[in-house]
This record gives sequence, C-alpha cells and structure tokens, in this order.
Amino acid sequence: MANQRVKFTFPQGLIKEPVIWRLGRDFELVTNIRRADVTEDRGWVVLELEGEMEEIERGVGWVVELGVRVDPVAGDIVEG
Amino acid sequence: MRLTIRSRRIAVMSFAKNLKCRECGRVYPLDPTHVCEFCFGPLEVYYDYQALRRVLTRERIERGPPTMWRYSDLLPCSAETAVDIATGYTPLLRAANLGRLLGLDRLYIKNDCQNPTWSFKDRVVSVAVTKAREFEFDTLACASTGNLANSVAAHAARAGMDAFVFIPADLEQGKIVGSSVYGPTLVAVDGSYDEVNRLCSELSDKYPWAFVNINVRPYYSEGSKTLAYEVCEQLGWQAPDHCVVPLASGSLYTKIYKGLKELAWLGLVEWRKTRMSGAQALGCSPIVEAWERQSFNIKPQKPNTIAKSLAIGNPADGYYALRVMAQSGGHGAAVTDDEVVEGIKLLAETEGIFAETAGGVVIAGLKRLIEQERIDREELVVAFITGAGLKTQEAVAPRLRPRLDIQPSITSFEEALSERTGALPATRK
Repeated sequence: MANQRVKFTFPQGLIKEPVIWRLGRDFELVTNIRRADVTEDRGWVVLELEGEMEEIERGVGWVVELGVRVDPVAGDIVEG
Repeated sequence: MRLTIRSRRIAVMSFAKNLKCRECGRVYPLDPTHVCEFCFGPLEVYYDYQALRRVLTRERIERGPPTMWRYSDLLPCSAETAVDIATGYTPLLRAANLGRLLGLDRLYIKNDCQNPTWSFKDRVVSVAVTKAREFEFDTLACASTGNLANSVAAHAARAGMDAFVFIPADLEQGKIVGSSVYGPTLVAVDGSYDEVNRLCSELSDKYPWAFVNINVRPYYSEGSKTLAYEVCEQLGWQAPDHCVVPLASGSLYTKIYKGLKELAWLGLVEWRKTRMSGAQALGCSPIVEAWERQSFNIKPQKPNTIAKSLAIGNPADGYYALRVMAQSGGHGAAVTDDEVVEGIKLLAETEGIFAETAGGVVIAGLKRLIEQERIDREELVVAFITGAGLKTQEAVAPRLRPRLDIQPSITSFEEALSERTGALPATRK
C-alpha cells in the first residue's frame, strides 16, 4: 500500500460535484481530508490518498481529466 | 510509507527550538520533515528568543565572518559546521541615479547577484545543505530551471555529497552548464511542469535524500532571513521603510519580513513598520492576482513569462505572502515582459548592475508602485535584486542597441558614429 498527500483545486464548475466521494467509490482508494477552503467561486482540499500506487495514479488521472488541478501539498517543487 | 533517517545526529549549537505548524500550531522536533502530520500544514523553525535576547548583540554579529554566517545565531545550524562557499554580505548600494529618475530620495539596491553562484539561492541552499549534513544525509536533490540547480550542485560539491538535479528536458543548454560543471547527476525529465512536480514529490517519499525544498524546506527557507539582517546592519542598524521584493513561491518575501521582525523583537533595531511590497511578472502572477481580487485564495496559474526564475504557478507560501502584504501595508505589482526588459535596462544604465529577469520584475514593479503613489518620495526604500543578468542574456539581448561595425580606420569609425548619432564627439585641442 502507498499513500500520497495532495492538494485538489476545484474550478467554479466543479465545486458542487462530489468528486472526492466518487474517487473513493469508483477507485480502490481511501480518501482522508485534512484541510479545506471552499468559497462560491473556488475551492481547495488538502487530503491523503491511500491505496496501491497504480490505483492512486489512475484515480489522480481521473480527477485531472475532470478539470481539477492536483498538486503536491507543499506547492510547486520546481523552482527557478 | 515515508522513509526516516535513523542514525546518530551530529550535535550542534543552535538557538532553534522546534518546528511549528503554521496552520494549527502543533510542535515537532527539529527533524527532516516539512508538513504537519495532523493538518498537512507547512512547518517553520521556531527559536528560543528569550535565550537569544540574553546573548545576541550587534557587536557579537559584527565580530562574525563577512558572510551570511555572521547571523548563525538566528539560523537553525551553527557556523562551525556550515557548508559555506562565502555566501552573503553582498553590497547594499545607494541608487542615487535610479532614485532621481524614479522620484525617490533614498533608494537602495541590495545586490544579491554577487553570491558565489550569482543568486540569492546560495543563502537558502547553504542552510539546507548544512542541515542535511547534520541529519547525515549523503545525497542532495532539487528540481529547478536555473538558480536553485546551480546552487545545489555547487554546495554538494563543496560538502562532498552526491547531488541529483532534475530539470525540464527542454531547458536551454546555457542554463545546464551552470549546474553540470559542479558534477551532479543531471536528470532531464520529459514531461509537463506539473508532471515534474509530482515526480519529485514521489521521489522525495521514496529515496532517503535531502530534497532541499521538500523535506528540509523549513530550514532551507530560513536562509532568506539573512537578507533582512544584512540590510539592517548595512543601514547602520535601522530597518527600511519599504521593501520591494520579487515574488515566486512567496518564501523569500515572508522570510525577509520575519527577519525584520526578529531583529526588532531582539532589540537590535527599532521597529519601523516596514511596508513589504512584492512584484511578479504578469505571465505568472498568482499572488498579485489574488491581492488585486482582495482574496487570500490563490488561483494556480500556468506560467508564461520570460521571468522563469519567478515562474511558480502554485506558490507554496502564496497565502502567507498575502498575509504579510496586508499586515505590513504593502502592495503587489504585476508587470509585462516588455516592462521586465525595460527594468533590466534601466537598472543597468543607471546603476551599472546587470540583473536577471527577476531583477527586471523588481525594478519595473518599483516603477509601477511609484506611479500608483504606493511609495512615498521620502521613504527609505530597498529593492532586492536576487540574480545576475548573465544567466538570462537571451531575454535582453534582442532589445539592446546594435553594435557599430567598422573597418580599422578613423574615417570608417567617424562615418559609422555620425550615422548613428548625427554628430562626432569633441576632439583634442
């Protein structure tokens, strides 16, 4: 089993969608939310994903495909 | 599963007390870790300020080496164990020509181009590498498009450590040499910017390396505070009224403010309510964009600017930078790439300092803030120039005056010159 700590940033159109619930239901993943801030036009959630590495990658791929931005919890790592 | 380092640590003298979560305030020992296990918030180094207050004086600092390590009492590691390539104590220049042009009476340039790998990154990397060695890591790593890569590779060489430097596959050859000359393992990743980010995050979980801006980030970022200490000392132990700082992750900006506050708490300078303003290039300005929306909620951006050293679309410390901007009464300015080039030229032509694109952003941002009357004429202003222009020559080269091509004769010289200027200079009597 592996786990990954990520930050999801939702665009306005996806704020009302139960993305994290579907991620846990449609993939073999345990989702564990630690921090979040959701307003009417923007939302972000910091959470941990636990499961097999391939399943995490498949799940993250699906979330990205939906239009959610997925980043490491510590922000961008590539620096100038 | 996270790998942990289990070995006997080197005992060092430091006033650093613990790590503290910036979100929930939970306290952790001084270990190679960067996020709170409870809320995943970022961790920051906390010091024993009571003890510092008893021992730290201006004289004690002035007796130190002419490098950033003269402030080692305010860093999380000791000067004796420092991996130091003579970083810091860079010039603070009174910029009378530029000030006159912009309408400022007391403008200073903190010229951090003069560090060993020609950028301020040597400050943060010096602390990160020193700490990594204390933690008995034998390998350093980073992901970078330029300055950070150069600095990590150089410090690894000095420390006798292995280094992995991850770069985007399409990075220009000129930028690779400044890292590869020091002998690291250079890894070109064929993927998008986001994919490189995710890969490095996964690598840092898998390998027992000191990833300078991941697992030793709390220590790494402390190095930026030395810019604030130096400026105050060089101003005769006084804080500036206004700082103009480039914004990338927001870490440099917030740490300069932390450094100013620390000196005031310790009674080494008088608290002057320094206003902190930040500048970004319009093509990657998530912090300034949020500031202009009057929001603390950063919207990540896809970078598209020549100011690549500031091109962080999802800044780790963006939220904290916005808080400093609001608390200190500063402002944010986002400038176009054309203005960035003009800023580079303006600084070079008035003060003889050739800055990289981040410096162009600062000068253009400073100009914008003055035009918007955000900076008062009589304020003591410090503009932070964080990297040297030789690193980004391609940004400015097409906009410079073309050379005069002549034959080896005075006639040819005078013809070419009068064609350019319409007149010839006065000759000897």
